[in-house]
Amino acid sequence: MFARGLKRKCLEEDVPADPVQRQSLLDMSLVKLQLCHMLAEPNLCRSVLIANTVRQIQEEMTQDRSWCLPGPQTVGRAPRDRLMSTEILCRSAWAGPPPAPDPADLASALQVVPAAQAPRASLGGSWDRAGPGESRGGFPRSLDQVFETLESHGPGAVEELFSDVDGSYYDLDAVLTGMVGSAKSGPEGLETFPHPASSKFRWVNFLKLSFICLRQYFVLRYIF
Amino acid sequence: MVLQPGERHCGGWSHRRLGPWCSPTGSPAPLSCETGCGEGTWILVCRLLVPTQVSLLSMEEDIDTRKINNSFLRDHSYATEADIISTVEFNHTGELLATGDKGGRVVIFQREQESKNQVHRRGEYNVYSTFQSHEPEFDYLKSLEIEEKINKIRWLPQQNAAYFLLSTNDKTVKLWKVSERDKRPEGYNLKDEEGRLRDPATITTLRVPVLRPMDLMVEATPRRVFANAHTYHINSISVNSDYETYMSADDLRINLWNFEITNQSFNIVDIKPANMEELTEVITAAEFHPHHCNTFVYSSSKGTIRLCDMRASALCDRHTKFFEEPEDPSNRSFFSEIISSISDVKFSHSGRYIMTRDYLTVKVWDLNMENRPIETYQVHDYLRSKLCSLYENDCIFDKFECVWNGSDSVIMTGSYNNFFRMFDRNTKRDVTLEASRENSKPRAILKPRKVCVGGKRRKDEISVDSLDFSKKILHTAWHPSENIIAVAATNNLYIFQDKVN
Repeated sequence: MFARGLKRKCLEEDVPADPVQRQSLLDMSLVKLQLCHMLAEPNLCRSVLIANTVRQIQEEMTQDRSWCLPGPQTVGRAPRDRLMSTEILCRSAWAGPPPAPDPADLASALQVVPAAQAPRASLGGSWDRAGPGESRGGFPRSLDQVFETLESHGPGAVEELFSDVDGSYYDLDAVLTGMVGSAKSGPEGLETFPHPASSKFRWVNFLKLSFICLRQYFVLRYIF
Repeated sequence: MVLQPGERHCGGWSHRRLGPWCSPTGSPAPLSCETGCGEGTWILVCRLLVPTQVSLLSMEEDIDTRKINNSFLRDHSYATEADIISTVEFNHTGELLATGDKGGRVVIFQREQESKNQVHRRGEYNVYSTFQSHEPEFDYLKSLEIEEKINKIRWLPQQNAAYFLLSTNDKTVKLWKVSERDKRPEGYNLKDEEGRLRDPATITTLRVPVLRPMDLMVEATPRRVFANAHTYHINSISVNSDYETYMSADDLRINLWNFEITNQSFNIVDIKPANMEELTEVITAAEFHPHHCNTFVYSSSKGTIRLCDMRASALCDRHTKFFEEPEDPSNRSFFSEIISSISDVKFSHSGRYIMTRDYLTVKVWDLNMENRPIETYQVHDYLRSKLCSLYENDCIFDKFECVWNGSDSVIMTGSYNNFFRMFDRNTKRDVTLEASRENSKPRAILKPRKVCVGGKRRKDEISVDSLDFSKKILHTAWHPSENIIAVAATNNLYIFQDKVN
């Protein structure tokens, strides 16, 4: 009856205690979040609970001493994740507010982790993940890799998920025309159609769409 | 009175309390309908299927829809997802039982009247009315489909011959009037019996139309539609004790409505953060106090309950009371928050207590004590070691409901494998029963079930790994004054009654 895959120890609590299991729990949670997000209208309660769980896991990972060890560049995502996230954390602390996104520099523009999230280990690390041996700030070697990053790790920082919940994520017009997010308006007591909340959110969506378009372009180029 | 030898009792106690249902020697005696003790002998009254078939058949003439339902006690395997029951509610007298399903239909059952000839049929419920409450909708602005699943039904107290109920899906609340018609006027002057207009020149005499009896017809009409007030999914509705207002709660907001006004509602709770990225908590359930029309509670996904007084301010963002149990550090895990999320909150009939259901427990709180519940009942603690797997298959997000009995002495909630549990608050006894087709013979006595936690499995026990997690009982209801319960298992509605000796 129980789904296959996840190893379980004979613990009282069946809680993954060691880092590998914790990482797989994190991965599973991220997949769930991504699935949640792919639904037209995500179940907000579920999303919030999973996101809180992810935050909790990340906090524990941060407290874990192994975060600070650089570790060898081995195959496998886990060590690289930690590396990236540490850098992100440090970068955010040093750089203060994130630099204005530069359209020409796509890779660095993916780092949309706001400074406010510096103390928290965030999923922003996944944004930065690119092909091995690729320089920071250079154009990603493979569009597919970047696209896979986007797809497999969801829309980036956990917190960003809820800026999408308002539903405007799917409103192409709003994104492409750079509709300014505004406070909710309308008669008192009645809820009106919500708008995207932040310019950063808009920028992320714009990037995603442009990647999709670019990818389509390359695919078509190969076909024809 | 049936007690399996060696049955586990929930919590030990040294002095057995002598209630009215105990014989003078202290051993529990068979109970009467009045006492409301849950540990009696429960028998199956009837098993009802959400009657897709019945509604089709009722269109034929000369068929008494009440007779049809009994014939549907045999197996029908064509149950579609639209037939899954999503809410069950008795009305205030217990005469009517309403169910809502995923297909947006509401089916109302009525209790069979007691008659001298068929004394055994008392307590059976038969189909009274069926109507399509909500249709699937499409939100053009957001390009989203709005599910027609009925999330909640709440009855209004009866004030005239008609019955009124509120039904809601994710976005829209509707007020329905269910009324009977058993007479029709005959003898019009300008129309003939078929309804065709008569030529006025042919009318030579005048007569007064008279009311003649006709076959009973039950019709449901939507009287009010309360729409466009919720951005997020409505999870609760609650009728106020003033019978003039009600509230609807979604994940982030609670709105107060007046029954007469459909184009406006007051927002009384708003927990949406200015920056949605900071969202960490949502509203999971809300209910008005049964007697004080200014008081209501709402529960959150973090396991807290807030009691608000609407007299304090227009926007009840600041609670009057805050109920939260301190976390048990020995039980802490990554899933602590998820399993502490409250899926249902219910006031007791007295208004003194609230009951909350989280994933593994049911808790009873005294309104006067905020720092911890007065009673905690373990529903299925054997799942605590399986939380990781339950998280993987998403069962950990299941939202179970809980109910009080009429006298607030017994509480009931559902579990997996079509099990449901009852806890007697006074005797501290509990029982696990199963709503299954195997026990579907009418008047069959329900045997208490037991889940074996580890080690040797006794006969008739079921081990944790054999539980069927796709068969979950999320919705149950208890008759307001008698020991009759309705249990919804997927597309089946089971009605049980305690056996009166």
